[in-house]
Amino acid sequence: MLQIKLVRHGLLTLAAAAVVALLVLQSEDVSNFEYIQVAAYVCAAAGLTLLIGVNGQLSLGHAALMAVGAYSAALYLRSGSEDSLASAGDLFVALLVGSVTAAVVGIAVGAVAARLRGPYLAGATLALGACVVGVTTYFDHLLGGDQGLTMPLTEVPAPLSAALTSYQWSALVSLGTALLVLFLLTNLKYSPVGREMAAVRDHEVAAQLCGLSVARVQINTFVVSSAAAGAGGAILGVLYLQIASPGAFTLFLSIYLLAAVVIGGLGSMRGAVIGTVIVLYFGRLIEDRVAHLGLSTAQTDRLAAHLPLAAFGVLLIVVMLAVPGGIQGTLGRIAPRLLQLMETVGGKK
Amino acid sequence: MDRFVFLTVNGVALGAIYASVAIALVIIFRTTRVLNFAQGAMAVASAYGGMAVIEYSGSYWLGFTTALVLGGALGAAARLTVFRSADRQGHLNPIVIGIGLLIVIESALAIAFGPTERHLSTAFSRDLLHLGGTALLSRQDLFTLLAVGVVMSLLAWTLTRTRIGLQMRATAFNPVVARLHGIKVGHILTLGWVIAGVVGALAAMLVVPTGLGLFPQAMDLVFVLGFTSAVIGGLDSLSGAMIGGVATGLALSYASGYLGSELTYVAAFVLLLGVLLLKPAGLFAGTTARSV
Repeated sequence: MLQIKLVRHGLLTLAAAAVVALLVLQSEDVSNFEYIQVAAYVCAAAGLTLLIGVNGQLSLGHAALMAVGAYSAALYLRSGSEDSLASAGDLFVALLVGSVTAAVVGIAVGAVAARLRGPYLAGATLALGACVVGVTTYFDHLLGGDQGLTMPLTEVPAPLSAALTSYQWSALVSLGTALLVLFLLTNLKYSPVGREMAAVRDHEVAAQLCGLSVARVQINTFVVSSAAAGAGGAILGVLYLQIASPGAFTLFLSIYLLAAVVIGGLGSMRGAVIGTVIVLYFGRLIEDRVAHLGLSTAQTDRLAAHLPLAAFGVLLIVVMLAVPGGIQGTLGRIAPRLLQLMETVGGKK
Repeated sequence: MDRFVFLTVNGVALGAIYASVAIALVIIFRTTRVLNFAQGAMAVASAYGGMAVIEYSGSYWLGFTTALVLGGALGAAARLTVFRSADRQGHLNPIVIGIGLLIVIESALAIAFGPTERHLSTAFSRDLLHLGGTALLSRQDLFTLLAVGVVMSLLAWTLTRTRIGLQMRATAFNPVVARLHGIKVGHILTLGWVIAGVVGALAAMLVVPTGLGLFPQAMDLVFVLGFTSAVIGGLDSLSGAMIGGVATGLALSYASGYLGSELTYVAAFVLLLGVLLLKPAGLFAGTTARSV
């Protein structure tokens, strides 16, 4: 069963990779730049949906873990010579460093989180998110304070430099990483380890009676989730923002991620992707609409900056009250019925 | 020594504000098991209402009263709309709904009033009063302590000496039994949200002018500190929330005074983690088993 799933997910990932590669090669630099952001958010959202949906632990501090990823990648890239371009090797190592460092931080946070439930956990992770600014300001000689750390530009590797623009290269690396994260996490979800995570979510006592260590499973999940968030943070910092600064990793980023996984449907990797795309492009759509309303510049700026957030807030509330399964859950419920309906209709003919 | 006395007094005054946020959270949590993550945003919205009235009428006290009334109204509105069935859902849904409400309120405020800081005046002067050569505290600090003290006493009196207070305690103790005794549990729950809204608005009117000014996210960090205080007190004990608030205020005052003000929120996080790890149920909670 697992092998079949593995093959299926592998083939799906390869197919998706082909589509993504075509998309990137066809797209303008502007779109490719947007894809980098999508990829970064998808990594973090996939990790978050594993944590919340599969394991039942809520985190409102994933932006802080993304910050860890971005800052550690920045420190690694800046440890080389000051103004040289980052080679492909450097870039991959930087993403790995971001992911691993976030996972290490995740061990500590997860060990605490495993002792907390419900609102306690939500409040503690919220407080973790509030620490980013303080830590970066306090260690400003190392982390650059409010200004943050700028990243060296990345260099397209020589064999590809004729065929790819720098944005296409960045988008390929980002989306490739996102697909890798999705492939790994989806397999994890359907593996015995994933079932342990779900068992702990559904009934802690029952899971314990089956011989599981609830705390160990919860910490493991948190570490995996942090690693995904760290990879997302490294992509966001190195390739999209080209800077790691505290202003980029605020509570709002955590809420964007939460909105993405809740709207997409908790616990579903496909839902995390759909949710992320909706959150990012729906936001852009609102900004575009606002720009065409013909208001004054100040009013337009104000609406464009805040209306998308208000819309996500409303969506969060509506989804939680009306369709707790999100898009993926609703599709999953409706699809079999539709099939059934079509069969009965077809049968009558 | 002077510095120590100053930091202590300052910490107690700050702690009074954290205590009122903590009490707003606890009043709701002990009856509905819902932690209202939008409490801070609702308080900021009330403060904006107060500011608008102060600017329009020129009277601080009219604005102050408006803010408190608005806080109560927002509490009732939240309870009767989005949180209507929150106490019957799992623990995840009310948290997400609270976060949703938080960003709706904050972005609505940013759209209506602009994202930049607005000026909200204090009730009294913030010049420090001297006592025997030591700069101690300002009239505004005294007002803060007095206002929070009055509200706490009023609340304690209501809960322990009045019929409605008895009904509130009965509802917190066991909603089903309370309903069987003819208590209108729904009304009592809404009353809890109204009181929480008023107390939260009071905290915002007291803390906002002493901080960076009035902006939509002004209460986010105060909310985290209020939550810390409530957790120290055990999330369902009102006196625990008060002591937790003062403890948090003192800890942060010493941390920022002796270690550097950048570390204020890191200190709060460390404090919160310390309490959660050593005594997750809080220092003053009644002993109840965690339900599974």
